[in-house]
Amino acid sequence: MSNRLGPIGLSDEQAALLESAAKYCADQSPIDSVRRLIEDEQGFSTDVFQEMAGFGWLGIAIPEADGGAGLDLAEVVPVVEQMGRRLMGGPFVASTLLAQALVVAGTESQKKSVLPALAEGAPGTLLLAEPNCDFDPLNVRSRADREQDELILSGTKCLALDVPGARWALVSATLEGELVLLLLDQAALKSASLRREVVIDETRRSFRIELDGVRVSSDALLETSRVHEALAQLELAGALLAAAEMCGAGQSCIDYTVDYLNQRKQFGRPIGAYQALKHTTVHAHVQIEQARSHLYAAAHVFGQGVEGEIAVRMAKAAAGPALAFAADRSIQFHGGYGFTYECDAQLYRRRAIWGEAQFGDAMYQRRRLADLIL
Amino acid sequence: MANRPSQEELKAYQAEATAWFSENIPAKPDFMMPLTFMEVGTDQQFHFLVDWQRKVYEAGYLGAAWPREYGGGGLHQAFQDVATDVMRRLGSPIMLNTIGLNWAGPLILDMGTEEERSRYIRGILTAEDIWCQGFSEPDNGSDLGNAQTRAVRDGDEWVINGTKTWTTHGSYAKYMILLARSIPDTARKYAGLSFFLAPMDVSGVETRPIRKLTGEYGFTETFFTDARIPADCLMGEEGQGWGVAMRTLEYERSSRGGQAGGLSIVAPDHGAVVELARRAERDGAPSIADPIIRDRLVEYMIEARGIELMHRRMGIGPLIQDRPMSIPLSGKLMNSEFTRRINEFAITLLGQAGAYYVGEPAAVDGGISQRAYLNAFSATIGGGTSQIQANIVAEHVLGLPKH
Repeated sequence: MSNRLGPIGLSDEQAALLESAAKYCADQSPIDSVRRLIEDEQGFSTDVFQEMAGFGWLGIAIPEADGGAGLDLAEVVPVVEQMGRRLMGGPFVASTLLAQALVVAGTESQKKSVLPALAEGAPGTLLLAEPNCDFDPLNVRSRADREQDELILSGTKCLALDVPGARWALVSATLEGELVLLLLDQAALKSASLRREVVIDETRRSFRIELDGVRVSSDALLETSRVHEALAQLELAGALLAAAEMCGAGQSCIDYTVDYLNQRKQFGRPIGAYQALKHTTVHAHVQIEQARSHLYAAAHVFGQGVEGEIAVRMAKAAAGPALAFAADRSIQFHGGYGFTYECDAQLYRRRAIWGEAQFGDAMYQRRRLADLIL
Repeated sequence: MANRPSQEELKAYQAEATAWFSENIPAKPDFMMPLTFMEVGTDQQFHFLVDWQRKVYEAGYLGAAWPREYGGGGLHQAFQDVATDVMRRLGSPIMLNTIGLNWAGPLILDMGTEEERSRYIRGILTAEDIWCQGFSEPDNGSDLGNAQTRAVRDGDEWVINGTKTWTTHGSYAKYMILLARSIPDTARKYAGLSFFLAPMDVSGVETRPIRKLTGEYGFTETFFTDARIPADCLMGEEGQGWGVAMRTLEYERSSRGGQAGGLSIVAPDHGAVVELARRAERDGAPSIADPIIRDRLVEYMIEARGIELMHRRMGIGPLIQDRPMSIPLSGKLMNSEFTRRINEFAITLLGQAGAYYVGEPAAVDGGISQRAYLNAFSATIGGGTSQIQANIVAEHVLGLPKH
C-alpha cells in the first residue's frame, strides 16, 4: 500500500500562513472572546471575518482569474488549524468550501460574479445535510421541480451554518431524478423559513431551513455534468478542514490540560506528578501529534486522486478520535472543576463531537478507506 | 564532515547500493532468522550475521559516514542514510553488532580519546569485536541510576564486582559499555557512577544465558567477580558515568545522530498483516471480507502511517516548532507499543491457527506472528520501559512535574 501514499511537505506559503495565522488567531480569539461570542446571537465577529478577508485568506484557494490567490487548499489548512486552536466559529470554512464547489462545477457566470465576492469576504453557507443526517452527500431528498423557466424547491435542510448573514448558499437537491447543486442568493434564502438549531458546539450557529416554495431561476444550477465531482470535492475538502480545526483544538486542549496538571495540588503535590494522569496525557498528546502529521500530509497531496483521498480520510479518521480522547480526559483530569460550565474542557469536548459529525466520522472514513487500501 | 551531496550524487549512490544489495543479499537460510539484533539466540544465526555485516562493511555500506582514519567511509551522513534505506527496502538481514555500531561507536567517536577511537572503531565495523551493554542489573532496571555494580581502583586497574543482566550478545561480546559505582554513598546516587569500555575476556567475568519468554536465548546475565580491567578503560572522568550513560541512551533511542547505520531491526511490513487477513478464513470466507476485521485493519494502517509521517515531519522546522523534542522523545514509545499491538492483532487474525507456535509445521509462516508478539516486549521493556518513556515525554516534552 505504501506506494499509494504521498509524501509530507510544506510550501513556503503554508509556512508563512501558519506563522501569521497563529499570531492573528491567538490575538483575536482569546478564550474570553470565545466565551463572549457564545452569548452573542451572531456567534462570530464580523470585524474579524472581514479582516481575515482583507488578508486574502478567504481567497487563498480561489483562482487568480477569479480574484483569489490561486493557491491550493493546502494553504488554507494552516489558517483553519489556527482558527480551530482558538475555537473560532463563523463562516470561514463554509465560504471556502462553497468557493471550492464553484471552482469545480460553477458556470462561467457564477464563477465571475460570485468567486471574487467570496474572496473579498462575502459569507457563504452550505445547505447539504438533511434530516436523515446521513454522512453520504448523495442521499438527498430535497427536490427542485421545473415550472417554466423557474425551479421550485422543496424539502428540509439542516445543520447549515451562519445562514442569516450568508450572501450565497449552495443547495443539493434532485431534479427530474438527477442530483443537482444550486446556488441561492440572499433574496432566495430570505424566502425560506429558518429556525436556529441548538447544537452541542456553542461556538457554532446552526440552522434548519424549509425550502418549500423557494423559487429560483434555472441559472441557479451548477454545471449538471460536474455535480458528482463537486460533491466529492466538497466531502474531501470539508473533511480536510474539519481535521485541521480538530488538530488545532487538540493542541490547545493538551496545553490547557497540562497547565492544570501543573497548577492543581492534591496530597501536597501537583496532580501532574501522578502517572495515572501524566501517562494518559502523554497518550493523548501523541495521538494529536499523529493526527497533525496526517493532516499536513493530507494537505500536501490534496486533490491528487486516490492518493489524496486516502490521505484526507486518514487525517479525518485520526483527528476526530484524537481530539475526543484529549478533551474527554481533560474533563476528567480537571476533577470537580471539569464538571462545571466554567472549565474550558467542555468547549473542546463539544467541539470534538461537532467535528466528528462533519463530513464523515472516523468509522465512515475507515469504511471508505477499507475499499481504497485493502 | 563532507559537504552535503547533490540529489544526483545521492541518486547515483542509491543505484549502486541497490545493485550491490540485490546481488549480495544472501538467500534465506534454512533456520529462522532473528527480526532484531536482540533475538540472536544460536551460533548458527550469529555466524551468518557476522559474515553478512563484514561483507556489507567491506562493500562500503556500513560506517560510510564515519571518519576514514578509523575505518569509516568519510562520506556525508546522507550517503549512509541512503544505504540503510536500501537495506530496509530490499529486506537485508540485520546488522549484528548494533550496540557497537549505533550506541558505543558514536559515543567513542564523540567523547572518546584518540587512542580509544583508533583501538575500537574498526573492530566494531568489521564485527570482529562484538559489543554489549552493561547497564541493567537484576535489582535496578528502570531505576538505572541506582546501579550497584562496584568498581574499585587498585593501582593500574579497576576491580569490578556485581551482576549485570539482559546483556544482549553477552556470550559473544569482546567489550562491554559498563556502568558501575566507583564512589559509594554519594549524596546523589547518580554522582557515584562511572562509565567503562570494559574487556569481557578477563578472568572473573562469567555469562549465563537467559531463556526468554519465547523459549529462545539471546541475552545473558553477566557476573563480575573481582574482575580486573585496565585503568584506562574509564570513559570520561570518574563520577561522570551517568552523563555518559544518558548520552549513550540518546544514541540508542536515535534522538542523537552519528550512528554507523545499517538495519538493527527488520522493518515491520504492515502489508504482511493485510496479506494474512487475505489468507486466513472466517465464517467461510477470507477474513479480509469481514467488516470488523476490515475496520481494525484500517485502524492499524492509519496508525502505521501516522507514525511514519511523524518521523518525516521531524525534518520540517515550522511543523515542529511548538514542541521540538516531541517526536524524537516519543518515537520509541510509539514504535515499540505499536509493534507489540499489531503483532498481537496478527495472531488474532489467524483464527484457530493462532494457537500454534514456532516448531509446529502447521503454524502459519512458521509461527512468526506469535514469536514477534512475544519478542516485541523486548522493545517495550528494554532501553527504558514504555512507562519510563511516558515519564520522559511528560516531563521533557509537556513540562509536567517529576513523579
